Amino acid sequence: MATLSMSGLTKRFGDIEVIRGVDIDIADGEFVVFVGPSGCGKSTLLRMIAGLEDISGGELRIDDHLVNDMQPRDRGIAMVFQTYAIFPHMSVRENLGFGLTIAKVPKAEKEQRVMQAARILQMEHLLDRRPSQLSGGQRQRVAIGRAIVREPSVFLFDEPLSNLDAALRMDMRMEIGKLHEQLGATMIYVTHDQVEAMTLADRIVVIKDGIVQQVGAPMELYHQPANRFVAGFIGSPSMNFLPVEVQSVDHDSALVASTSLDAVRVPMRVEPLKSGDQALLGLRPQYLVPTNEQDAGQLHGTLSLVERLGSETVVDVNTRENTRLVAAIADDRTFETGTEIAFTFDPNRAHLFSAAGDGALNK
Amino acid sequence: MADSKLTRSNRTGWLMSLPGFTLVALFIIVPFFFAFGLSMTNQRLVSPNPTKYVGLENYRQMLDIALVTLQPERDASGTVIRDDEGTIQYPRLRRLSRSDPAFERYKGMREWFGWQSGESHKAVVVRDPLFWIALRNTLLFVLVVAPVQGGIALGLALLVNQKLRGINAFRTIYFMPVVVSIVVVSLLWRFIYDGNDGLLNNLLDTLSFGAIPGVDWLGNPSTALGAIMAMSIWQAVGFHMVIWLSGLQTISPTLYEAADIEGASKWQAFRYVTWPGLRNTAVLVIIVITMQAFALFAQIDVMTNGGPLDSTQSLVFQAVERGYGKQDISGGSVISVVLFVLVLAISLVQRWLTRDRQN
Repeated sequence: MATLSMSGLTKRFGDIEVIRGVDIDIADGEFVVFVGPSGCGKSTLLRMIAGLEDISGGELRIDDHLVNDMQPRDRGIAMVFQTYAIFPHMSVRENLGFGLTIAKVPKAEKEQRVMQAARILQMEHLLDRRPSQLSGGQRQRVAIGRAIVREPSVFLFDEPLSNLDAALRMDMRMEIGKLHEQLGATMIYVTHDQVEAMTLADRIVVIKDGIVQQVGAPMELYHQPANRFVAGFIGSPSMNFLPVEVQSVDHDSALVASTSLDAVRVPMRVEPLKSGDQALLGLRPQYLVPTNEQDAGQLHGTLSLVERLGSETVVDVNTRENTRLVAAIADDRTFETGTEIAFTFDPNRAHLFSAAGDGALNK
Repeated sequence: MADSKLTRSNRTGWLMSLPGFTLVALFIIVPFFFAFGLSMTNQRLVSPNPTKYVGLENYRQMLDIALVTLQPERDASGTVIRDDEGTIQYPRLRRLSRSDPAFERYKGMREWFGWQSGESHKAVVVRDPLFWIALRNTLLFVLVVAPVQGGIALGLALLVNQKLRGINAFRTIYFMPVVVSIVVVSLLWRFIYDGNDGLLNNLLDTLSFGAIPGVDWLGNPSTALGAIMAMSIWQAVGFHMVIWLSGLQTISPTLYEAADIEGASKWQAFRYVTWPGLRNTAVLVIIVITMQAFALFAQIDVMTNGGPLDSTQSLVFQAVERGYGKQDISGGSVISVVLFVLVLAISLVQRWLTRDRQN
């Protein structure tokens, strides 16, 4: 069990800085998920923690020991790779015990630790098989088992479920969640899939272009995104951003309106805006409530597409200024495309962002 | 394009491959069966006599080998006769085979090698010593060249498999001798090995400040075969390096990262990741080297002609020498067939030894 702390961590490939000053403290036993679009540097950051990439600047500490220049094997970590990285010519048993074979651990102890890991992952019956005889999910289970056998202080997962099909991914996700509860170990998990991030994490770290955009509990990120990037990244379908004009400003709220939006007062949490500014109103699709009476609605547009999923109905709406808006309506409802539609929403659940820039934290 | 007559018409396809098939048939398939046929006749390259079928007589002649025990010569009192230096005297095999009915079977055979056993002398006698010497040399050549060349090629492949600036230059340099004809290489190495003023002798002389005397590498029976081995290894090592390299690059880098995290040292990573990952490549390399080594000919033909004292005779060289030098086509064919059976057997054994035991 261990704590882990990063301060001012940077990584440069030649002139290109891919990790630009990361500060995160991870508590003992915490499950932290790095999430972000592909190419944002989340995997690089994980590989720096593992010791597979050199650290260009800053400090990385595990249990208060500076490990910047330590070999991967000495850091007390175990890693699970996207491509499993299990040794194809060894049986499952040999794969699980590989680290112990290398460390010349006595046979009896090795056998016992391998059996224990196999029991945790319920794969005792697979021990004598070869990787080629296993399914993708079973292979990833072997990789996780190999990590467990090492009894590491920190588990690192690099997109472990990305090569699995959807159904299996959900099963494995739950298993990893259970595993964390069972072992209580510190785990760092990299994914581009926000569902994995939301369901597994104690805390999520949202990264874009090598910069940490926000660190927080899943619901904190969902309800109080620190910027437009995080707001758009977390949640599915993603948040709508409606261009609006600020008409007047209170100390912590603003009155905004547009052609398709009747004037509404919304809280101003993220950025200070002033009267006359162009802004973007962030509305989650789930919080848009359709209304039958046009007059009662605040937001107006025309239905362009209806997708019925059974549990919810997702509609595409063209607003009056012809921006696209998505609403996710609970239950199975029927709508007719091409008709006018109006929505109401709770202003307290709306987010107001400046229209300037790309909406992410940059340095 | 896909519908063009060229790609659809079966007859066109066969017609176009006809020249190639004809050449392959004419120069590989037909001679192959010819060799079998001719090896059972007394055919000569040019002869006024009609060809006669002799069955396996040629094989019997060439492969005939026996172990004889010679008792020492004794005087009337039964004591062993020794010469002035105390060496035991034995009767000559040639005399025995003419006079002694027990030795009649060995008529025309000569001693290949022998050793002392108690008071008696054991001798391995053969009817065709040149064949047996060629066979021994060829086997020795294969036994040394296959593992050494394969090993060095693997070492080089590991070296040039690193991500370093200018690594392609090294790959090219190591591969270059492969592109040069073996005949040219052999000619050049004759200068290197020259006894009087060769590059190798000069080099050794300079490096040792004259302590190592010059050696006539190709003119000395004890060094000639070794010199040819060294040159052969150097010439083709680049080819096998490239094969190893292609094998190395099929191994996922993630496996090395996983091994690194699990605590494996460089050697352990090689032992547990690289070597098992190269298993199919290894089978290929070993079989290819073995077959190439058995075909040893050009080096001998250019550099030593089998000499000195038959110390560099090889099977293929003997086959050519007999078939064309001595115009004994049937003799050459017999060697070819024996070589074919030998290589086939060894390849099959190698494949069986290196078979996939997993499934």
